[in-house]
Amino acid sequence: MATQEKTKFLVGIYDDESTLIPAVKKIREQGVQIHDVYTPYPVHDLDHYLGYRRTRLARAAFMFGATGTFLAILMQTYMMGFGWPMIIGGKDFVAPPDFVPVTFELTVLIAALGMVATFLISNNLGPGKKALMFDPRSTDDKFVMAIDLSKNHGHSQESIEALLSETGVSERPKEKEV
Amino acid sequence: MDFTSPIREPLVLNQSGENNRPTTYHDVTNDICRQVEAAPNVRWMAGMAISLIVLMWGSYTLYRTWFFGIGEWGLNKTIGWAWDITNFVWWVGIGHAGTLISAILLLFRQKWRTSINRAAEAMTIFAVLCAGTFILMHMGRPWLAYWALPLPNTYGSLWVNFNSPLVWDVFAISTYLTVSLVFWYIGLIPDLATIRERAKSPIPRFVYGLLSFGWDGSAKTWARYEMVALVLAGLSTPLVLSVHTIVSFDFATSVIPGWHTTIFPPYFVAGAIFSGFAMVLTLMLITRYVFKLQAYITLAHMESMNKIILLTGSIVGVAYLTELFIAWYSGVEYERYAFLNRALGPYWWAYASMMSCNVISPQFFWFRSLRRNIYVTFALSIVVNIGMWFERFVIIVTSLHRDYIPSSWAMFWPTYVDVGDYLFTFGFFFTAFLLFAKFLPVVNMAEVKTVLKSSNPASPNTYIPGETFVEEATPVTASSGEKSEQTN
Repeated sequence: MATQEKTKFLVGIYDDESTLIPAVKKIREQGVQIHDVYTPYPVHDLDHYLGYRRTRLARAAFMFGATGTFLAILMQTYMMGFGWPMIIGGKDFVAPPDFVPVTFELTVLIAALGMVATFLISNNLGPGKKALMFDPRSTDDKFVMAIDLSKNHGHSQESIEALLSETGVSERPKEKEV
Repeated sequence: MDFTSPIREPLVLNQSGENNRPTTYHDVTNDICRQVEAAPNVRWMAGMAISLIVLMWGSYTLYRTWFFGIGEWGLNKTIGWAWDITNFVWWVGIGHAGTLISAILLLFRQKWRTSINRAAEAMTIFAVLCAGTFILMHMGRPWLAYWALPLPNTYGSLWVNFNSPLVWDVFAISTYLTVSLVFWYIGLIPDLATIRERAKSPIPRFVYGLLSFGWDGSAKTWARYEMVALVLAGLSTPLVLSVHTIVSFDFATSVIPGWHTTIFPPYFVAGAIFSGFAMVLTLMLITRYVFKLQAYITLAHMESMNKIILLTGSIVGVAYLTELFIAWYSGVEYERYAFLNRALGPYWWAYASMMSCNVISPQFFWFRSLRRNIYVTFALSIVVNIGMWFERFVIIVTSLHRDYIPSSWAMFWPTYVDVGDYLFTFGFFFTAFLLFAKFLPVVNMAEVKTVLKSSNPASPNTYIPGETFVEEATPVTASSGEKSEQTN
C-alpha cells in the first residue's frame, strides 16, 4: 500500500442498524457508490442492500468435499485392495461398507479446511495481516460507512456530506486518507 | 433485523446495579472484554493454582505410564481395557456439547446458543485433547502412535486396516478435533479484532493483532463469514453424530456379550450430549459467577440446557431398559448372563450409580422451579457426569471381567497410576479452560450483539448521551431514552 497513492474517503458513522439500512438504500439510490460498510456484527441482508453478489463459498465447499470423497475412496481401495492386500476375517479386499466412515470423515475434513482456507484468502485474512480500520469503534458499537471520493466524480464532497447528514449519521462525516 | 415474540424471555438482561438500564452494544463489549483486559483476580489465581497442582501430580503418573508401560495400571489378562477407555469415551462424550451448541442449534436457529457457544466449543477442544491422551497412553508405546495413520513405511507399505473401527476412530477423532478447532477460531476472529482495537499497550495490541488476522468487519467479509459459519454448521452436524457413533463401533462390532448391540450408536450419541451439556452447565455456572456475566448467561439459558439434559437423559434411560429387554428377548444365554451380572454381580454398585445418576436424577428437571434453580442445576450437572463415567465403566469392565471360562474371571481395581492419569486430564482441562477464560472472550460478543435487540424489543440499543461524541451541527436523531429513528 505504501507505494500506492493515497485515496480520500468520506466516513459516516451510524449508531444503529435501523438507521444504517435506510441510509444505505437512500445513498445508493442517489447514485453514490459506497466503498464498504463496517459493522460490529453481521447485519442481516446488508450485503443485499449494498448490491453484493451472493458468495460462492458454499460451492467451493462442495468442490472440496467432493475431492475429499474421491481421495478417500481412492486411498482405501488402493491400500486395502492393491497396495498390500491381506485377508482379514475372510472379508473382501475391497469392502465398500467398511470404507464409509473414513470416507465421510475425510469429506468433512477437506470440505471444512478447504472452505475456511478459501474464506481467509478471499478476504485477505491471515496472521500478520493489517486491518484497514476507518474507525476503531466499528468493532464495538458503531456502523461505519466509507465512501471513496475518487470513485464518485459525479458528486461533490459537500453533496455527499450533506447526504450522509440527511440519513442520520451520529457524528459529522469525517475525511480519511488511506 | 428479525423479531422475537415479547412472550419469550430476553436473552440479554438489563445492566445490573445502580445503572439499571437496557444493555447496549458498548456494554456488551465492555462486559466481555473486562476480564481479558484486567489483571487476573484472586478466584482465577486460586483455580489456576489448584489445576496446576493436579496437573503436576498427574504428570508424574503419566511419566510412569510412559516409561514403565500399562503394567502400571490395574489391568490383567482378562480385563485389557478399563479406566483408559472409560476415560476416553467419557471425555469424548463431554466434547459433544460444544459442537452441538454451535452447529445443530445454529441450524435450528436457537438464538440462546450465542452466549454459551464460545465457551462450549473451547470445552470441546480441551475435552477431545484429554480423550486423545488416553488413546495415546493405552497404546503402551505412545511414541509409535503414528502407526495408526496410513503412512508409507519400511515394511513394504503395510497399511492400516480400514476394516477396523479403531482406525475409523483415529479418523473420526482427528477430524472432529480439527473441524471444531477451525470452527471455534473462525468465530473468535471478530472478537479478537475488538480486543485489538481496544488494546492500549503495544504487546496486547500486537498479539491480538496477529491473532485477529487483520479482521475489519466489512459487510462483504461478514456476508462470507456467515456463509462459512452456516456451511461449517452443516458439516459439523453429521460429524458430531458420527464421532460418538464410531466410538460406539469400537464396542458394537466386537463379539463380546454386552458390547455386541446395535443400539449402541444412538445410545452413545444421546449419552454424549447428556454429559456434554452437564459439563457446559458446570463450567458456565462458575464462569458467570466469577466474571459477573449474569446478564448474558441467564436462568433462561440454564433452563434450556436443563431441558436438553432431561430429554437426552430420558433417551439414555430408555436405552438401558431396551438393552435389558433385548438381552432377555434374544434368548442368548451369554447375553442374558452379561446383563444379569452387570446389575447383580460384583460390580452392582457401579450399575446402581449409573442408573440413579443418569436415569433418576435428570427427572427432577420436569419441574420448572428446579430447572431454574442454580444450586440444584449445579449439583445435578456434576451428578450426571459421575453417572456417565459409571456408564462407560459398567459397559467396559463388567462386560469383560467374567470371561467365557470361569477360571479366567477377574476383577479390576485401579492403581494410583490409573487415578493419577485421570487426574492429569482434569488438571489439563481446567488449566486450559482457565487460560482460555482469561485471555480470550468467553462470550461471543459479535453474536450476542445480533440478538441484543431482537430478543428484547422493549429495550432497544438506546442512545446514551455523554458516551458518544456529539457535535452541535450534526443532526443527531435520537435523544436520551429514545430509539434512533431514521429521518428520511
